[in-house]
Amino acid sequence: MLGNEAFARGAYEAGVKVVSSYPGTPSTEVTENAAKYDEIHVEWAPNEKVGVEVAIGASLGGVRSLSCMKHVGLNVAADPFFTAAYTGVTGGAVILVADDNGCHSSQNEQDSRYYGRSAGVPVLEPSNSQECKDYIKLAYDISEKYDTIVLLRSNTRISHSRGIVEIGERVEKERIPYVKNIQKYVAMPAMARKLHIAQEKRMAQIQQDSSDMAINRIEMGDTSVGIITSGICYQYVKEALPDVSILKMGMINPLPKAMIEEFAAKVDKLYVIEEGDPFFEEQIRAMGIKLAGGKDMFTIQGEYNANMIRKAFGRPVPQIEEIEDAPGRPPLLCAGCPHRGLFHVLSKLKKTVIGDIGCYTLASLPPTSAMDSCLCMGASITMAHGFEKAVGNSKDVVAVLGDSTFFHSGITGLVNMNYNGAKGTVIILDNRITGMTGHQDNPSTGRNAKGQEAPAIDIAELCRAIGVKNIVEIDPFKVKDLEEIIKTETAREELSVIITKRPCALIVKQPDTPYEVTDKCKNCKMCMKIGCPAIEERDGRPYVVPESCVGCGLCAEVCPFDAFDIAAGKGAK
Amino acid sequence: MNKSNILIVGVGGQGTLLASVLLGNLALSKDYDVKLSEVHGMAQRGGSVVTHVKISEEGVNSPLIEEGDADVIIAFEELEAYRWLPYLKEGGTIYVNTQQILPMPVIMGQADYPEKIMPALEAKAGTVKAFDALKIAAECGSVKAVNVVLLGAASNDLPFDEETWIKVIEENVKPKFVELNKKAFEMGRNA
Repeated sequence: MLGNEAFARGAYEAGVKVVSSYPGTPSTEVTENAAKYDEIHVEWAPNEKVGVEVAIGASLGGVRSLSCMKHVGLNVAADPFFTAAYTGVTGGAVILVADDNGCHSSQNEQDSRYYGRSAGVPVLEPSNSQECKDYIKLAYDISEKYDTIVLLRSNTRISHSRGIVEIGERVEKERIPYVKNIQKYVAMPAMARKLHIAQEKRMAQIQQDSSDMAINRIEMGDTSVGIITSGICYQYVKEALPDVSILKMGMINPLPKAMIEEFAAKVDKLYVIEEGDPFFEEQIRAMGIKLAGGKDMFTIQGEYNANMIRKAFGRPVPQIEEIEDAPGRPPLLCAGCPHRGLFHVLSKLKKTVIGDIGCYTLASLPPTSAMDSCLCMGASITMAHGFEKAVGNSKDVVAVLGDSTFFHSGITGLVNMNYNGAKGTVIILDNRITGMTGHQDNPSTGRNAKGQEAPAIDIAELCRAIGVKNIVEIDPFKVKDLEEIIKTETAREELSVIITKRPCALIVKQPDTPYEVTDKCKNCKMCMKIGCPAIEERDGRPYVVPESCVGCGLCAEVCPFDAFDIAAGKGAK
Repeated sequence: MNKSNILIVGVGGQGTLLASVLLGNLALSKDYDVKLSEVHGMAQRGGSVVTHVKISEEGVNSPLIEEGDADVIIAFEELEAYRWLPYLKEGGTIYVNTQQILPMPVIMGQADYPEKIMPALEAKAGTVKAFDALKIAAECGSVKAVNVVLLGAASNDLPFDEETWIKVIEENVKPKFVELNKKAFEMGRNA
């Protein structure tokens, strides 16, 4: 079972009734798998703040609830997260956050463990798929026993590894009747001061109890070396140093101080092995415990592995001849991707493109090279506005973001632009899906997380309601029309929204009739500039690879000499 | 078989994930401990992708195969076989689909597609089985069946009987593609 499937299974077995999340790699499959259980209400929220608040509301309503997100999503949800840490729960509430050590699919490598420490929330971290299932169940028990939300921390390697999981039965939980209690649930200053005291007290209690929790355990081996670790690093340590003594922590905030002291006294040299920041190390050093090594032996950046640990401890590793002449293979927009038409035009017009988070961020790479910035979800609109205010006009700048990103946190930026006299141009790429995370529905797709029909927001109408007067909808593969529209709207002394409408190439059947280059080709290489993975150069001329071409026809659209034809006689693949 | 580390490498979109899931379920059905590590999200979009499959009688800790520790590499594309070669054990086995998918830096003329891939594979591997899995998949009815063709070829050296393979395919592939994939498996096995 995939780690994320195991989390979902655990939530199911724990009797969870409500799940509300925004998709984000590597967390997405938890919510997708939870949606398969009829007993759970599962929804895609427009962003993580909404998801966490729905979960907290469900907890207030007396049932067990869950919200899942990637690490940067917790930044968006930090507001409810910090105060829910004060108010506590009625039904158990778990916030699942998946970090991305190594930036496989993210804009940073932030270490979410600090959120638990900063907000005063217990944090659990599993080390394999079985523990994913076991720990989420335990998280609900802890949540209800101590009256606190619980942060469950995963990362790419835990969420996206598969291992054997023993499944159990679901235990239905009676809904806890709601009882009005403003001292607990209304976080206004007078109450918040008291709630803060109560929160500190329960964290102190959890701290005390944690050394007796079974998920924190000492595995004694050779006493000359002791390693304190957790999560995936535990697996790497077990593989690299099978003979040493290990303190494996399942609860990573608050730390089991008594157990750490006991372990430190039993071993000659104590080390901390943790990916990311020196989160354990600094706390353990602050306890006055002497460490023989920590981040001085390892890196803060990226993922670890068994060989890295072997090397650090002077154990043998195989001598490997590195490959140096293998060209990189960066990810790219798929053949048939609707975004390619837009970025071809933006590249041609040499606009400054303030980008956003999604597949389309890949357009920043050559040959389109048509993106200048990517910061965080929704920042395209707001940054383009700031850029306009700095430069004094918006003629050469556009904001570009996808439909799902627009719902996530683009709408407020557009409200801001309209309110504060912006004259800029916002381009919303409406591909009818949340693409990068693996095709989840969103408020404009007409379907919900359960695959049922749902009301679909009309993006143009929404923009109109915000007050935008100039709204144009266009198929991004009509590149000549699109070029004229972009020229007109960026020149206009008023706020404009251009909505490029074409579904993701992976969700609608493509023609699958490959094109070929005919003898009309003058070898101008315009088609090579769109960055289509199906067009290569062979013998100095463009060539369409029939196995890769999906027949979208964008090459034919951009070719000035009409030199692309559907391959005669080849028909559908 | 006491343990086996199998690295599956290719280009995002070639179906490496299904191949690893089939292998994982196969091992599971024979009561091995097994761990798989996959790549999802952005890296999948036409990028270099790798899946680690670790099978063992004694239990698997790290889900990652270390450099120099893969018994088998199943490569869906030549350059990817070459890129991940450091992971192969001296004398290990490599199955490679002879397809070449040019990465964007090569398409744009910024880098060259390495020329001497096969000699490099042969120098390190004990056995290199290179064949046109794409062509075989097309003959079966879909180029998407490359993954199962490659598994068919690799099945000759893995200690699972044909019946078990077929059963795992039937259980893990959408019903309408079962026949296609069974055929792809057979043709890969006899390639």
